[in-house]
Amino acid sequence: MRYLPLILKNSWRNRRRTILTIASIGISMCLLGVMVATFHAFYLSDPTPQQALRLVARNRISYTVSMPLSYEAEIQHVPGVREVMVSQWFGGVYKDARDPKNQFPRYAVEPGKLFTIFAEFQIPEDEKKAFEHDRAGCVIGRDLANAFQFKVGDRINMTGDIFPGDYEFTVRGIFDSPRASDEMYFDKEYLEQTMPERRRGNVIMYDILIDNPANSARVAAAIDDHFHNSTAQTKTESEQAFIVGFLAMLGDVKMFLLAISGAVMFTILLVSANTMAMSVRERIREVGILKTLGFTPASILGMILGEACAISVAGGAIGYLISTALMRAVAKSPFGGFMPALKAFDPEVALICVVAAGLIGVMSSLVPAMSASRTTIVEALRSTD
Amino acid sequence: MAIPIAYNLRNLVVRKTTTIMTALGIGLTVAVLLAILALVQGLGTTLSVSSDPLDVLVLRKGAESELVSLFTRSQFQDLKFKAGIATGRDGQPLASMEVVTIMILPSYANPDGANLTVRGLPPAGIEMRPNVHLASGRWFQPGQREVVVGKSVAQRFPGGQIGQKVRFGRGEWEIVGIMDAGRGTQNSEVWGDLNQVSSDLQRVETVSSCLVKATDAVTARALINDLNDDQRLAVHAQSEDAYFAAQTAQAVPLEYTGIMVALIMAVGSSFAAMNTMYAAVARRAREIGTLRVLGFSRGSILLSFWVEAMLLSALGGLLGCLLALPLNGVTTAIGNGNFAEMAFGFQVTPKIMLTGVVFAVILGSIGGMFPARNASRKEILTALREG
Repeated sequence: MRYLPLILKNSWRNRRRTILTIASIGISMCLLGVMVATFHAFYLSDPTPQQALRLVARNRISYTVSMPLSYEAEIQHVPGVREVMVSQWFGGVYKDARDPKNQFPRYAVEPGKLFTIFAEFQIPEDEKKAFEHDRAGCVIGRDLANAFQFKVGDRINMTGDIFPGDYEFTVRGIFDSPRASDEMYFDKEYLEQTMPERRRGNVIMYDILIDNPANSARVAAAIDDHFHNSTAQTKTESEQAFIVGFLAMLGDVKMFLLAISGAVMFTILLVSANTMAMSVRERIREVGILKTLGFTPASILGMILGEACAISVAGGAIGYLISTALMRAVAKSPFGGFMPALKAFDPEVALICVVAAGLIGVMSSLVPAMSASRTTIVEALRSTD
Repeated sequence: MAIPIAYNLRNLVVRKTTTIMTALGIGLTVAVLLAILALVQGLGTTLSVSSDPLDVLVLRKGAESELVSLFTRSQFQDLKFKAGIATGRDGQPLASMEVVTIMILPSYANPDGANLTVRGLPPAGIEMRPNVHLASGRWFQPGQREVVVGKSVAQRFPGGQIGQKVRFGRGEWEIVGIMDAGRGTQNSEVWGDLNQVSSDLQRVETVSSCLVKATDAVTARALINDLNDDQRLAVHAQSEDAYFAAQTAQAVPLEYTGIMVALIMAVGSSFAAMNTMYAAVARRAREIGTLRVLGFSRGSILLSFWVEAMLLSALGGLLGCLLALPLNGVTTAIGNGNFAEMAFGFQVTPKIMLTGVVFAVILGSIGGMFPARNASRKEILTALREG
């Protein structure tokens, strides 16, 4: 520890090189931070308290195959279930479908239950009442309202694709959500009325509220068992698992994240190793002098390793800070609505990044540090490089 | 007068550890870029070879995919006598009414079950897809609960072999053959007899879509207009090419993310290249002085170091290509417009590799600019005294 000032002085000697190295590591580390945070949010993190209370049931075959509406009453009777709501993916075309901005999600739901199931949605009581009383009404998320400058009372016209026809919705309320909120909810009765007789009575999803997060797996299994011998078997899973499963449609997300993280780590390792090799080579005569002054090989080894660690941890810390800013932006983007809750700061992710940076520092400088500590005094002093 | 490139090459060889480490760093960046481009290319090829420019796909108005589309048998009676439809081997118009649904089957990658597209089609439908051949077994018999699966299904799903049974609709179906569609998307599909599949799904009268083959390209366009203008039919006709091309949009989020990642990594590795070149300039101060004494101008010193940086990064680009090449032929899958698995292979084409090398050289030239300027600005006397 008493060598710390010397280590810091050494690392600051060739400022340009140190700054370039820190910048290079910082940029790669910021990427790694985003990857680790995303991976963490998808596969390792705990859901928010509200999310932990929600299950989603769908047809076992696919997100696109429906189930009978009669399941609602049956699910309601499964022990542990507090509330069940029909949730119909509407699809539809708003203005020009080619503009991704116009493809916000819209669901046909039961207005009376919506704010019980999604307890985190904040909406003024009078707007909520107005929504419940207007069959052609809808409520929209704050982000969606901002994106299109929608106000309460505005009309939204849509053409159905899964459910053919022309629809006109009146905005009855705007709700706030801690997550990205670019979705629209309207009354399923409105949709049901427009359908021909033979298509009625089916639904794509049930949103289920349970009484205790600890029962999540048990309730999900009980629901699936209940419908095991029915024509349409169900698959019930936590909201978190449902979202991750849906994202898997984009491709092998897990593999993608791991492969990129690996490539980034290896790049940082190379950059750091290169820098340390260069600076040790230039300083070999100095190592000889230090040794004549009585520094042991172990302390020289420690000093060089320490210098590498200092540089890569500095880069790692800067990179991590930038990555938190990036994550905040991603969570706010429309894409964030489709993702599990992304947290800008997560102590576990921060720890992973800093430890990874430290390890990379040690690994990258091990070879030059070992060879420097092993060089004999005479050899080191004779070096002309 | 320019300094010979051999000088730069030798310098790179002499400092081989540094050269290789820097080049490898650039190479990894290039490899990430190439992997994404190869994925998008592979998907694009798969989609483009799956369709025939003369084929016209007819869906219900407003339907974006076959899965949500509806098409009735009475519409088919009106449609099949439209002008411009080619005639098949049996003398009937080449028009294939098809029913599309989804089934679930555990795959090696996804033991919980992945979705596959099931297509019920008449013999004309097989005749209209000349890229699809039977690889082994036999075609399904009309009226039998038999299916033929694509070769990707056989490779990626343990239960996708001849003789095994799959479940969809109201019961089990026996796999009697495996079809090979080259690189086409049909490799990820399960095909059965139209009448058998549609009655099993209780969709005898209302199936999903209709595929018709036009006699030539001009007629194809006329046919599309004719169908779209027909108020009574109320269908949306488009060339099959256009339908598949729209599905490449599935890869857009992945493509954007990948390119962003490669760009960020490129900034990082250009800093690393800058570092290496600054060190090279510092170590060779005396050489630079000597070159100046010999009469080489500041300009040629600048050029020489800049070229060296580009050589270094070009080497990185080549390493990146080498790293990305093994991806060729690796198959992966993505969800298609029907929310079912669509398998395709990465495709590292020469054009993509060239893009990678150019990307590396641009990266290196940006990183090498400042060290080269630094080298060219050295005064002769101080340069000779340094080092």
